Amino acid sequence: MNADIRPIRTPAEQAILASLDAVPAGTDRLADLRRAAARSFEEHGLPHRRVEEWKYTDLRSLMREAVPVAGSAAVAEADARARLLRGVEARRIVIANGAVVPELSDLADLEEGLTLTTLKAAMEAGDEVLSRIGGIVPSRYDASLALNTALSRDGVVITVAPGAKIARPVHVAHVFASAGAAAMYARSLVVVGAGASFTYAESFEGPDGLAYQANSATEFTVGDGAHLDVVRLQEEGASAFHLSTLLFDVGRDSQVHAFTFGLGAAVARTTLYATLSGEDSHVGFNGATLLKGRQHADSTLFLDHQVPGCESRELFKTVLDDNARGVFQGKIVVRQAAQKTDGRMMSRALVLGDEAEMDNKPELEIFADDVQCGHGATCGAIDDELLFYLRARGIPMKEAQSLLVQAFVGEAIETIEHDGLREALVERAEAWLAARA
Amino acid sequence: MAMLDIENLHARIDGEHGKEILKGLSLKVNPGEVHAIMGPNGSGKSTLSYILAGKEDYEVTDGSVTLDGEDLLEMEIDERAAKGVFLAFQYPVEVPGVATMTFLRASLNAQRKKRGEAEISTPDFLRLVKDKAANLGINQDMLRRGVNVGFSGGEKKRAEILQMAILEPKLCVLDETDSGLDIDALKVVSEGVNALRSPDRAMIVITHYQRLLNHIVPDFVHVMNQGRIVRSGGKELALELEANGYAEYQQDAA
Repeated sequence: MNADIRPIRTPAEQAILASLDAVPAGTDRLADLRRAAARSFEEHGLPHRRVEEWKYTDLRSLMREAVPVAGSAAVAEADARARLLRGVEARRIVIANGAVVPELSDLADLEEGLTLTTLKAAMEAGDEVLSRIGGIVPSRYDASLALNTALSRDGVVITVAPGAKIARPVHVAHVFASAGAAAMYARSLVVVGAGASFTYAESFEGPDGLAYQANSATEFTVGDGAHLDVVRLQEEGASAFHLSTLLFDVGRDSQVHAFTFGLGAAVARTTLYATLSGEDSHVGFNGATLLKGRQHADSTLFLDHQVPGCESRELFKTVLDDNARGVFQGKIVVRQAAQKTDGRMMSRALVLGDEAEMDNKPELEIFADDVQCGHGATCGAIDDELLFYLRARGIPMKEAQSLLVQAFVGEAIETIEHDGLREALVERAEAWLAARA
Repeated sequence: MAMLDIENLHARIDGEHGKEILKGLSLKVNPGEVHAIMGPNGSGKSTLSYILAGKEDYEVTDGSVTLDGEDLLEMEIDERAAKGVFLAFQYPVEVPGVATMTFLRASLNAQRKKRGEAEISTPDFLRLVKDKAANLGINQDMLRRGVNVGFSGGEKKRAEILQMAILEPKLCVLDETDSGLDIDALKVVSEGVNALRSPDRAMIVITHYQRLLNHIVPDFVHVMNQGRIVRSGGKELALELEANGYAEYQQDAA
């Protein structure tokens, strides 16, 4: 018998496979990467609950809609819909439906040491920096990243020259701006040179009531002694599907902080990968997720300590109202060589809704014998004693809850170094609470 | 009409087999009066203060409590505060992440709003806090910190009195405000309380010891035991209790 064993494809998988036929041919390295990614998707399909990394976010059953890849967006439409972080003083790049909108993007007058172009332009020009794309390879097949690799046509490509201190953040505003549901893919690359410092912000938004799909991946290569801050705000439309991946390769003596703030989408999964490949570096991944209704959001982290003397700190806060479901998975791997690793991971969830659910899965895999690693996870309701105290001073129930929720997520948000971005995120948290009250 | 009128109050810990703690307590408090409630551990003093503030861990099974003729027991916790009930906690909780200033302002404005008054302006609020805080030896650093976070026992009690001074309640219930205070702190706190005595305001001072009553001199002293007031008198009763202890009352009850 020589029959092909073909798995049963879901409609969403079939639609994605059809999209993959459109992956452009080419002979360069990027084209090879794309084809390899497409093939791996053909082989594995969407992950399901029996795939450990997706245990709590079963994409095969959650991603029901089969949607085509989005066409280009009208400039005015994209402009009208890209609202997030507008008040923050930053160099702004708008990516609508997965393509950079030059009319809305601040691509000129770059600071000395900053190079910024689009992925599309870099590919057309055969830019050498693209050799960095796909440089950070997860140890296991990651469907979200594979699809991104296969299907992204555009994104931003940023290089910060060694030693350059770029004070003004670059804000990449992703927006979905079509009338019908579609899928958008964007791939970005940020290369921070040795001793440089840089702040990168990204936001995601789109209309409510449209089951569009957003898939974004950004790779960061951080040179020795560099300082990188990443702040991301996800406020996709209420029916949207959001998949995103952040990958970091961290050099020696460097400082990397990433903050992920998730408020939107019906289903969201954000995966952060960090490879600590240079000694004595510090990585801080923090995040806050505020969910209501039937929202589902998953934050998954992989930290790979490959070399000695690095420090990693993670603090993720999740607030769950109504029937929402939160997922936190964090895995710290400490290789045999990575002595004196100091890793600490904490996930805390505050459950407001009677039907809400939180799944916490912290993991440590330690092969070195002289390390300090710890993890913790908590999940609970608002402390009644605190509520009573605030109410006994005249503060009504909802307002008391808001103050306490704000304090709860505030502990994580406070870690953001950039004043403007931190304040903008505090304001978004307040808006979320105000809408609840 | 008394400001506070507690009539035959019976209450138990919430739940099917909750223990009965208050067993027919009656007390009338008029504006301008300071009442001290003394009694041994477990007599129900703190329970009384919690029930007045509206804590949900207790169930009132009989009797009534009115404030200016209105049924206090029917009111939400925050509504009681807006009507002028203030409980100075025996053990004030720490509220990390909520700055003391934010908390004070939210409290004051919530009460004003509920009473149909305008919110206080920022300069007026800052001035108000500055004045009151200085009298109680509370510095800017404490005001910036999370509510009670990292405060010593004495600092927590002073912070309670600061809240009281800012919110200007009608009825102050001080639950063992003297516990954990050294002599100096006791003096500062007592002075803070005395500064708030006024013909319009009533106070219920709950304490184990006569010591506090040297500083906050009461008009009436009540002895509580087994969930009831078993004896009432003037301030001299406190001295008698200090000399003889509570044994006599406990035997009565047994």
